[in-house]
Amino acid sequence: MIELDDVVVGYGGRTLFDGMSMSLPQGSFHFLTGPSGAGKTTLLRMVSMELRPSSGRVRVLDEDVGRLDRDGIARMRRRIGVVHQDSRFIDHMTVAENVRLPATVAGQSEATADAHLAELLGWVGLGDQAAQHPPELSGGERQRAALARAVILSPDVVLADEPTGNVDWDMSLRILDLLIQLNRLGKTILCATHDLNLIRQAKSRVTSRVLRLKGGRVEQAGIDL
Amino acid sequence: MRRPSFLSTDPTAARVVPATGFTAALTIVSSAATAFLAVFAIALSLAAGDLATRWETELAGTATVRLPAADEGQDVQVATILEALKQTPGIGTAHRLDDGEQAALLAPWFGTDLPLDSLRLPILIEVTEIGDGPDVEGLNLRLEAEAPGAVYDNHGRWRAPLAEAAGWLRKLGTVSLILIAGVMAVTIALAASAALAANGQVIDVLRLVGARDAWITRAFVQRFTLRAAAGAGAGTLIGMIALLLMPGGAETGILAGLGLSGVEWLWPLVIPPAAALLAYAATRAAAARRLGSAP
Repeated sequence: MIELDDVVVGYGGRTLFDGMSMSLPQGSFHFLTGPSGAGKTTLLRMVSMELRPSSGRVRVLDEDVGRLDRDGIARMRRRIGVVHQDSRFIDHMTVAENVRLPATVAGQSEATADAHLAELLGWVGLGDQAAQHPPELSGGERQRAALARAVILSPDVVLADEPTGNVDWDMSLRILDLLIQLNRLGKTILCATHDLNLIRQAKSRVTSRVLRLKGGRVEQAGIDL
Repeated sequence: MRRPSFLSTDPTAARVVPATGFTAALTIVSSAATAFLAVFAIALSLAAGDLATRWETELAGTATVRLPAADEGQDVQVATILEALKQTPGIGTAHRLDDGEQAALLAPWFGTDLPLDSLRLPILIEVTEIGDGPDVEGLNLRLEAEAPGAVYDNHGRWRAPLAEAAGWLRKLGTVSLILIAGVMAVTIALAASAALAANGQVIDVLRLVGARDAWITRAFVQRFTLRAAAGAGAGTLIGMIALLLMPGGAETGILAGLGLSGVEWLWPLVIPPAAALLAYAATRAAAARRLGSAP
């Protein structure tokens, strides 16, 4: 469950969200659209607790994130997988080490994490790139590595910010397929994108809704895709 | 008892911090350089202390009775003086310097071929004091009465400024040591801050994937503490070798006494663990600042 209640966010001297409210049930699949600068990334950053609103309340997985201390935020982030548009990695570590990182910081033993790692890397099609370093990966491979890292702890929520922004159509479909599979496993998916073809493609395969950000508010796009 | 985090073995935590690069070199080289200087600061401090002690101990506890040269009756006067000294509390030994000893005393100024017989030199009686020494004023009054012209001199006039200079030397050595320790602390703290700033992306990624502040801090503290210790160890070793290779003949001049001997060689071994402790504290503080400013 993701809930925003009367949230106000200022950015660069202007009010980006002015009393925004929305509620996404657990296990749902939502696309987030809107023009550039509408606040798609800001909304995702609020949900992933990288940004605090000026006022209002953000609830994720039944937790009021504004009340969490720093350790509490760290704990919550293990339940939320994030794929950024510009996927950030630790460049001197291998792809396998980067993907395993959430499990490592959560205190899982290497043996436990490695049991899922090979399968996970194979699932995102990076089995052969495990020993490479992030700077050696293509844009699509980085996005898939970020997706693998986001889900290694089997989080309840997956946030993806333009996950297909830097990849070709075939790779976009592959990433969409991964998100759909995650949703079928009961994960809540919130995917910011401006790619309407991707949204249409999803229509036939999963029950998803479209949220449109406009004028500092979020509205249902009005159609089920 | 809980183990300090830099001693804990968490290879993955250590691996998230780059093992090479500018910040790694900065920490190691700055630690090595300051440790090298610290070895010499310790040597300087110990040498200053030794010199000060030598000045104080070699002059303290000795005195001289000077009897002006006279044509006759000197032996009687010397015997009287020796008897008076023998009866005076605070006097250990007293003996008249013979011609050979007087010649040796004057040799630095007049050479070894000095014809003592042709000179009217005062008679000198060398005295060693015990305990707090004699009552100088009372002794001089007695000598004035029993051996007119004889003066008891405990070198107080020129020992006082030397003792003061020795005290200043000691302070100089201590201040040098404190300054070097301060420079080492600041250098390591700056290196840790620079390293954390340079590894901003690593910290952002770790926070994104749910690492707690304590875990991130431990990762950096572990790396930097070990780097500082390794750098300081290398710097200390090089400093000790340099001291060892210093010309041994430098008994006089600016290098006189600068070196270590015996158990003094143990002092520089304090430097690497001290550097490690400084790095531990500095990195923890820098990490707390860096993480505190993150959302």
